[in-house]
Amino acid sequence: MSKKKKENKKDAGKKKKLQLAFYWAASCGGCEIAVLDIDEKILDVVAVADILFWPVALDFKYKDVEAMKDNTIDVCFFNGGIRNSEQEQIAKLLRKKSKVMVAFGACAVLGGIPGLANVTNKKEIFDVVYKDNPSLDNPKKIVPKTSVKVKEGTLTLPEFYDSVSRLDHVIDVDYYLPGCPPVPDLIMTAVGAIVEGKLPPKGSVIGPLKSVCDECRFEKSEKKIKEIKRIYELDKFEEKCLLEQGVICMGPATRGSCEARCLDANMPCTGCGGPTPNALDQGAKMISALASILGIEGEENMSDEEVEKLIEQVVDPVGTFYKYGLPSALINRRVDK
Amino acid sequence: MKDFEPNIIGFLCNWCSYAGADLAGTSRMKYPPNIKSIRVMCSGRVDPIFILEALKKGADGVLVAGCHPGDCHYQSGNYKTNRRIKLLKKFLEEMAVNPNRVRFEYVSASEGAKFATIVTEFVDELKKMGPNPLKDVKV
Ligand code: FES
Repeated sequence: MSKKKKENKKDAGKKKKLQLAFYWAASCGGCEIAVLDIDEKILDVVAVADILFWPVALDFKYKDVEAMKDNTIDVCFFNGGIRNSEQEQIAKLLRKKSKVMVAFGACAVLGGIPGLANVTNKKEIFDVVYKDNPSLDNPKKIVPKTSVKVKEGTLTLPEFYDSVSRLDHVIDVDYYLPGCPPVPDLIMTAVGAIVEGKLPPKGSVIGPLKSVCDECRFEKSEKKIKEIKRIYELDKFEEKCLLEQGVICMGPATRGSCEARCLDANMPCTGCGGPTPNALDQGAKMISALASILGIEGEENMSDEEVEKLIEQVVDPVGTFYKYGLPSALINRRVDK
Repeated sequence: MKDFEPNIIGFLCNWCSYAGADLAGTSRMKYPPNIKSIRVMCSGRVDPIFILEALKKGADGVLVAGCHPGDCHYQSGNYKTNRRIKLLKKFLEEMAVNPNRVRFEYVSASEGAKFATIVTEFVDELKKMGPNPLKDVKV
């Protein structure tokens, strides 16, 4: 083998290392921990990959990313929804620099818990956080501005939006990894597929096609409930489907992949896996499912007032049925007059 | 808002309400032409998603009509729909969408006149509410 060829081969060997990036936007940081949760397997990842950008763990600046050629990053794992202009800009920048963009975790995939703020708006949030909070000391009622002149020059801050959006509202996303956070097995499946170049068709959600119920350990039978209960209100915990015990469990409307971990801990599913395949709206699906089993015994003789009382037991439909996915719902923000 | 003509999507069950609407037509009863009727086999076929999608796509009102209690061809579809719509309305309220934009009614095959009255009333009510604001909501 000639020297040149050898060098080429060495180069090719080098190039084979995957170039990865991680970013967090409107999220809690749990997804970052999830990456580390793959434990010693992270070493396998490092053996096959270089990390080019990971603000939570490594010191990189945005300008390092700006200086990269387009498509330098093989795969970017992006967690968090889009709440402000900085997050949107970085999402667009990373999209340009990345061959494959993965929405990582419920917030990037669906909007996440921060997305519940779509029942309010920027003004109301600022009023509570900076003006009307009893523990505040802000006599001048100062609120953050996108730019402020001081004698040293102009200071700027990102713009806070009225609504939270999910990642693919602002950029094109190639794959979706649901979960709050995605479970280690799912992350490894995704990384494995990427390393081997065996990626599913663009736009795929990486995860099974079945619901959480399919993975849940509890015995299931015909469902009919008289009363809705919180888990601590159960007189006696029975080893059977939580819905049948009157606890709202999002399992039937939620995509599995988590191995029903919450159920393993005797807690109901709250829906972080997002809608099941082909369901247009996770919350509406659960509204349908729950309303179909609530108070059906003797339903022929129930007055409308009695039915209303049953329904009144669901105190917060948005928080219950759209805990992780309000920005992805058909009606995805409150109407502001 | 004088010229506002509301756009109503009607989901009518095959066995009662659609026949009721038909009767209104064949008996030449007058009611406003604002409703676009879709025949479904049972009011229980109406997934809450259909209603949300109709509203999202700009319908000003959605009417779901089914058989009277005890008359559902499939025994209990109408009971389920009644509950689903009540729960859905609670969600709509939280999103500041007037829940009265969605209506569930019992209309039998012989109640052509009732159907005509419901549509007339609903159109009036929606005219007062004005156009569906969801059309302009963007995230
Ligand atoms: S068949 Fe008419 S409501 Fe079920």
